[in-house]
Amino acid sequence: MPTRGSIPLLSLRGVSKHFGDGDAAFVALDHVDLDIDSGEFVGILGASGSGKSTCMNILGCLDMPTEGAYCVEGTPVQQLHPDVLARLRNERFGFVFQGFNLLRRTSALENVELPLVYAGVGRRERERRSREALALVGLAGREAALSNELSGGQQQRVAIARALVNQPQVVLADEPTGNLDSRTGRDIMELLMRLRRELDLTIVMVTHDRDIAGYAERHVVFSDGKIVDDRLLRGVAA
Amino acid sequence: MTATLALRALARNKMRSSLTTLGVVIGVAAVVMMQALGAGATARVTGEIAGLGSNMLIVLPGGAGHGAFGSNTRGAPLFTLADVDAITREVGAVRHVAGVSSRSIRAVVAENNRSTTLSGVTTGFFAVRGWSVERGRLLTEDDDRQSQKNCVIGHTVADDLFGGQDPIGAELRLHDLGCRVVGLLETKGVSTFGQDQDDFVAMPHTTYARRIGGDDHVGTLMVSAVSEERTDEAKAAIESLMRQRRRIRADEDDDFTVRDLREIQNILSSVTGVLTTLLASVAAISLVVGGIGIMNIMLVSVTERTREIGVRLAIGARSSDILSQFLVEAIVLSAAGGLVGAALGAVGALVLSRVLATPFVFPLEAAALALTVSVAVGVVFGVFPARKAARLRPIEALRYE
Ligand SMILES: Nc1ncnc2c1ncn2[C@@H]1O[C@H](COP(=O)(O)OP(=O)(O)O)[C@@H](O)[C@H]1O
Ligand SMILES: [Mg+2]
Repeated sequence: MPTRGSIPLLSLRGVSKHFGDGDAAFVALDHVDLDIDSGEFVGILGASGSGKSTCMNILGCLDMPTEGAYCVEGTPVQQLHPDVLARLRNERFGFVFQGFNLLRRTSALENVELPLVYAGVGRRERERRSREALALVGLAGREAALSNELSGGQQQRVAIARALVNQPQVVLADEPTGNLDSRTGRDIMELLMRLRRELDLTIVMVTHDRDIAGYAERHVVFSDGKIVDDRLLRGVAA
Repeated sequence: MTATLALRALARNKMRSSLTTLGVVIGVAAVVMMQALGAGATARVTGEIAGLGSNMLIVLPGGAGHGAFGSNTRGAPLFTLADVDAITREVGAVRHVAGVSSRSIRAVVAENNRSTTLSGVTTGFFAVRGWSVERGRLLTEDDDRQSQKNCVIGHTVADDLFGGQDPIGAELRLHDLGCRVVGLLETKGVSTFGQDQDDFVAMPHTTYARRIGGDDHVGTLMVSAVSEERTDEAKAAIESLMRQRRRIRADEDDDFTVRDLREIQNILSSVTGVLTTLLASVAAISLVVGGIGIMNIMLVSVTERTREIGVRLAIGARSSDILSQFLVEAIVLSAAGGLVGAALGAVGALVLSRVLATPFVFPLEAAALALTVSVAVGVVFGVFPARKAARLRPIEALRYE
């Protein structure tokens, strides 16, 4: 459980999300309270359609709650200007998607550089840091490979390098192994675990795979837009 | 920075990018080519009129008509050789004066024959026009005084009737009149008005009057002023002399017209100007069509790349970054189309100017204008798709299938 007293890194208070309006509105999140502290590795579980992705999108400032408040380090994000939100996504969060979402026909290096382009980092610094990030995920030497020339596992590694290149605090991964076979999926998880230790990351990961969920230290279970279970599996030094 | 992103995005889709620009390429090529050809035609007209002598005046019977070249000849008395002498004698600003009467005629040599223009000319004619012979001699005072049956011929006539043979000294039949060829004129080429100036036979005016025309009248007078600066003075002096000789009262209009070649030049260049404007507006329309083509493809591209836009927004792009990327893509496409089009247009104009035998004028201004316009086309037609892309919300873009 998060430590009481200090301000949590990410905090949802009574957050609801409705799709559509009026009577026809669909309630994807229903008064969710969730605090995540720095350094945690949270696994978000639940049946398909239970609101996991919706919750992740709100955590990553890609979407806004219909109701309730979301704070990053105590700052409510709902009032922030879109450009400030963009900077928040750029600097604080690294996204890893189920479908990798690399730019087509674009080299691994250029893909990894992209967040730094938007951060306004100069070309040489950009390239240096991107090479470093690729080396970190075990893809040194594959910088020039085009996205479509890489295997699924390699593409997800590029995506992880892209998520980490601007040194975010939080990695948000929505079913990162969903498109991979179980062995490759485990490799990716081992990589994330190693990076978490080396870089001191906070990870929030959606999965419905029990094996993959085993890597997390805390499980938050969703059902019909509500959190039905929230438990710490292993002790965290907090 | 966005420029790099835009260039990379375009490079990823080279085939489509180049097809997209096709409209602008064609539009700009058309603009540049039209302008270059127009400028070439103007240069040629100007050059030819300068070649004719910008100090030349033509006196036609009849008052000033409404047309550019026509004049109202009905009922107006013709000129006489006495008019030629009077102008020579009394107008100080004049260097040479010639009387010219022309008609079309069939010229025959052995079994060859050709329809050509026959002019009876006074000896000043060659000096007024600045024409000389390639071989043989020009017509002289003696030819005129003695009504010699001598003639000089142009190259077209010589080539057609004599084949490769030397025409000098040979006999040429004009109707039932046998004439001896004494000179072959230098090649003049096709005039501004599309007339072959080498399709021409000249004989002494006295011979023409007696044997062909049947009377002493002179069709037109050709005059060269002593210099270009004194052309207006010469024109005014000729007008007042002719009014006096033709006994025109002060309240009556002229029954003759003195034409200044510079006027013709102005008329011609205004005609060329109108044509150029017309063609340029057609070309401008094709540029707009090209712009719509770019907008169309950019809209398709925004839809196709919605997920990509979502990813970009997720990793920190601001909506202004997305806007400028798509705008720059449109501008780069359009400007590249403009560059290629300007190059193609210049090459096209060069080739066509060879075919049409007009001078090639490099369309620098038109190219610069077309480039500017194509950048503007990129901006105007790129804004809508770019705004559409920039307005996407991150999560909606990411969820787009
Ligand atoms: N943009 C949207 N418009 C309408 N319904 C949506 C939208 N996003 C999610 N939903 C609905 O909200 C519910 C929760 O979705 P999601 O959070 O993606 O579930 P999951 O737990 O499988 O990730 C689903 O029933 C889904 O259909
Ligand atoms: Mg989901």
